[in-house]
Amino acid sequence: MSGLELHPALPLLVGGLLLAVVPLSVRRVGIVLLPVLGFANLLQLEHGEVMAQLLGYELAVLRVDKLSLLFGYLFHLAALLAAIYSLHVKDAVQHVSGLAYAGSAVGAVFAGDLLVLFFFWELLALTSVFQVWARRDRASTSAGTRYLIVHVASGLLLLGGVAQRLQSGESLRFDALSVETPGSWLILAAFGIKCAFPFVHTWLVDAYPAATPTGTVFLASFTTKTAVYALARGFAGLELLIWIGTAMAMFPIFYAVIENDLRRVLGYSMINQIGFMVVGVGLGEGLGVNGAVAHAFNDVIFKGLLFMSMGAVLLRTGRINGSELGGLYKSMPWTAGFCMVGAASISAFPFFSGFVSKSIIMYEAAHRGEVWVWLALLFASAGVFHHAGIKIPFFAFYAHDSGLRPPEAPLNMRVAMGISAVLCILIGCLPGVLYDLLPYSMTYEPYDVTHFLTQLQVLFFSALAFTVLMLSKVYPPELPSVNLDVDWFVRRAIPRTAATVGRPVVLVSSAVGSWVAGIPRAILTLAGWLHSPKGRLGDPWPTGITAFWAALLLFVVLVYSYWFA
Amino acid sequence: MSEHLPALQVVVPLLAAPVCFALRNAAFARAVCLAATWSSLAIAWTLLRQVLQSGPISYALGGWPAPLGIEYRVTVVGAFLLVVVSAVASIVLLYDRGSEQQRLPASRHYLYYATFLLCLAGLLGIPITGDLFNIFVFVEISSLATYALIALGRSRRALLAAYSYLIVGTIGATFFLIGIGMLYQMTGTLNIEDLRQRLPDVLDTRTVLIGFSFLVVGTAIKLAVFPLHQWLPNAYSYAPAKVSAFLAGTATKVSYYVMLRLIFSIFGVGFVFATHRFDLVLMPLSLAAMLVGAIAACYQDDLRRLLAYSSISQVGYMTLAICLANVQGLAGGIVHTMNHGFTKSALFLVIATFVQRTGSSSVGSVAGLGRVMPLQGIAFLVGGLSLIGVPGTAGFVSKWLLVLGALEKGQVWVAVAMLLSSLLAVVYVWRVVEKLYFGEPVASASSEDGESEAPGPSGSALWRATPTALLIGLVILLGIWTEPSAEVALAAASELLGVAR
Repeated sequence: MSGLELHPALPLLVGGLLLAVVPLSVRRVGIVLLPVLGFANLLQLEHGEVMAQLLGYELAVLRVDKLSLLFGYLFHLAALLAAIYSLHVKDAVQHVSGLAYAGSAVGAVFAGDLLVLFFFWELLALTSVFQVWARRDRASTSAGTRYLIVHVASGLLLLGGVAQRLQSGESLRFDALSVETPGSWLILAAFGIKCAFPFVHTWLVDAYPAATPTGTVFLASFTTKTAVYALARGFAGLELLIWIGTAMAMFPIFYAVIENDLRRVLGYSMINQIGFMVVGVGLGEGLGVNGAVAHAFNDVIFKGLLFMSMGAVLLRTGRINGSELGGLYKSMPWTAGFCMVGAASISAFPFFSGFVSKSIIMYEAAHRGEVWVWLALLFASAGVFHHAGIKIPFFAFYAHDSGLRPPEAPLNMRVAMGISAVLCILIGCLPGVLYDLLPYSMTYEPYDVTHFLTQLQVLFFSALAFTVLMLSKVYPPELPSVNLDVDWFVRRAIPRTAATVGRPVVLVSSAVGSWVAGIPRAILTLAGWLHSPKGRLGDPWPTGITAFWAALLLFVVLVYSYWFA
Repeated sequence: MSEHLPALQVVVPLLAAPVCFALRNAAFARAVCLAATWSSLAIAWTLLRQVLQSGPISYALGGWPAPLGIEYRVTVVGAFLLVVVSAVASIVLLYDRGSEQQRLPASRHYLYYATFLLCLAGLLGIPITGDLFNIFVFVEISSLATYALIALGRSRRALLAAYSYLIVGTIGATFFLIGIGMLYQMTGTLNIEDLRQRLPDVLDTRTVLIGFSFLVVGTAIKLAVFPLHQWLPNAYSYAPAKVSAFLAGTATKVSYYVMLRLIFSIFGVGFVFATHRFDLVLMPLSLAAMLVGAIAACYQDDLRRLLAYSSISQVGYMTLAICLANVQGLAGGIVHTMNHGFTKSALFLVIATFVQRTGSSSVGSVAGLGRVMPLQGIAFLVGGLSLIGVPGTAGFVSKWLLVLGALEKGQVWVAVAMLLSSLLAVVYVWRVVEKLYFGEPVASASSEDGESEAPGPSGSALWRATPTALLIGLVILLGIWTEPSAEVALAAASELLGVAR
């Protein structure tokens, strides 16, 4: 590395900001061109590092290796797809912040240093929140604010961890971090928040459905994947992650099936998919991390595709609740078709992209003898098929005909979805292309008999259950409330255990959630009572009281220091 | 000429005040005032560079040597404060003429400038003098001028605020004077250097202990240490806009300097922290100030009061630095005088501009103004980020040093409290930013009034924007280029603690 390379984050960050001052027509060319230029810049980077002096520290502002390059390619690809998808948007804020957001994510994955990582980590939060705010209504403003607070808090935890490491004389380099020191735990917590670990996942299902139709596509691509990258870099092989990941793969299923807002369903299914990746990271170097990284790559594309199709539905109908949609395939056949490809990919149908990456993680879990983890992931796979593979396309495009006949999605959206769909199938059929980019070399063949049959069995029996229910009219299609349908549907179709386990899981965690939320509420009430302009501490005191305090403090200092004399 | 710079630092504004008074013309007085403040800044900058190059400068006033006469002693920390005070004064004074003296008829505006200069002379005298009694005199000069300036505020309540500040401030000054008397009785000197040398012999006497308590509590009142802070919100929110901006950037900072001198130069770390564990009193008060101030700021409906409570929270950071008593932490406190001074002055100026437009200083009144006045909106945003301590702004540098200082002492919970206070700052800054950018503009009569008021004297928009832009520029510059702030503060902290860097 000569040190003269253009930092890969700059084309998107600086170029994106420059787009703020150009007219709409130029901006539309720019948002598509910049990711392409950035990608070209990536291609000529060599492995190595670039150091810079800043604030008296020697910082690795750019570190290029296989892992960071893979995410670099991915983020540029995602930025390009999201840019094409949002070409029809006129709002400069969304275009500019979208590209700057992608640029921050690129900067984060190329950071060789924890301080540099922190910088881009915070930038990621600040640039992304505009995708939520851009909807410009009350609900999204407050959802965006909550999102921002959570992510700034994540950044502060990261900074705290960095400071602790610095103080105890540890290196600031961002390599594998040992979990012996408190600093590393703080950093893990920061990563965990961005990665939507259980109990800190709510920002995701809160903010993503509140964003603009195009904004959700941006959001779904970068934040959590940056966190998965950070985990893979810093905490690969940490056993705790296997259990966290398993929990993440399981619990959202229950929420996803009873949820009516289809974009929120996708949000839950996103946590579920990240769960697979976290398990992969926890399984450690080699196949585990490879599987996690490959799955992150595929997830950005197929989850992006699903969010795109739901965004198109929202744009054309103004509705996103499953109960208010249905029968749209008649007037939006392309969108419906692309959505099916995304659904097949996320359900890991053979010859679709999800299959070739998820099976690596499953294989490695089984190979390591983690039987329970393997079974849990198998259960999670069946769950994914139900809530993402069937529920999303079924309720949006088929099911009970809502009578809506919206026009087909705009051309630019169809192009973006088309490219994503082609990529899903391409990677599914030719996994070698993706495998070559993975950080660890491996000899893994996804299409062997065991994987194939296991996955087909899972899918067949799930589909069979669904079909039997439909044909036997046990599944009542004319029931007006979809939420109830699904609720009922879960209890029959997913094995009986899910019915007994699922409800309590939702109930218990809601109870814990409201209890936890009750503490801050009580504190807030107390603080408000004390500090508001009418309260004791928020209102200037009469002079006499200040004089009294002065005398009291004098007394305290006197007595106190006399005591110590 | 250059060897008389320490004297000129005080004499220039002090003599310019009667000149303003004699001129009896607002325009001339303003010109004199500007010339005096900017030359003070030049002198302060020169002094700082001299001190950094060749160590402390001692200057015998009137040629009388130290024990008999008054010694001016320029130290690194003192020169740093001189730069902060004169820079804030110079920049704030540039602010639009139309904004000030709402209660004064135009024919008497020169009095305002004379008072401003007297206040500045007092504030500049404190960091430069090497004599404890002289510090008291300068504190009184600046305080009396401050009371008068605050009373000039537009609202009638300004009078009451000034009056109650006068009472509280006088209590503080009295405590301070009693303390000085006790020290003088025990040592027979008022010179700080002499005190430092003679005090160790009598440190274990009760008189010194009582003197210490009086001095520290007296200073704490002027510094607005929790729970002696309640004069500050009213004083800052009812004073004229420029005066708030000026005081917010200087007054508590100079008191902070006095506290540093008392603890580190006169009594010494050994007496204050090792023998008497004063940190166990000051630390809880600092933490309480950080949190109570920030929480109270979250609940305020008035913008200026919100900033005032935020100042109380920031004073908590600075006193916290004293308790840490190590180089990094103390440097964090010292550099915070500059970083927070510039930030808070800029924010008060922005609020003044908003108030001028809308005629109200409630949080709700700025709704949608970020789109109407984009530059002022961005200025508030940057200033707010600096209050929070976001990297790239000045506020980050001081908090970073403080956190490092806390961790060096192994006090992780202090760092956690700072984090919490920063999160609270996010809340109160956000409340305003949300209104600025997402609120619907209030299309009521008040905004129309504001617009009819807004076109003041020609070019006034420029004079409202320039000082704000300068201060905000400094906030960003000092967030990135830390040599003139953090490096000097580290040198100042080493000097105070008597350790080699």
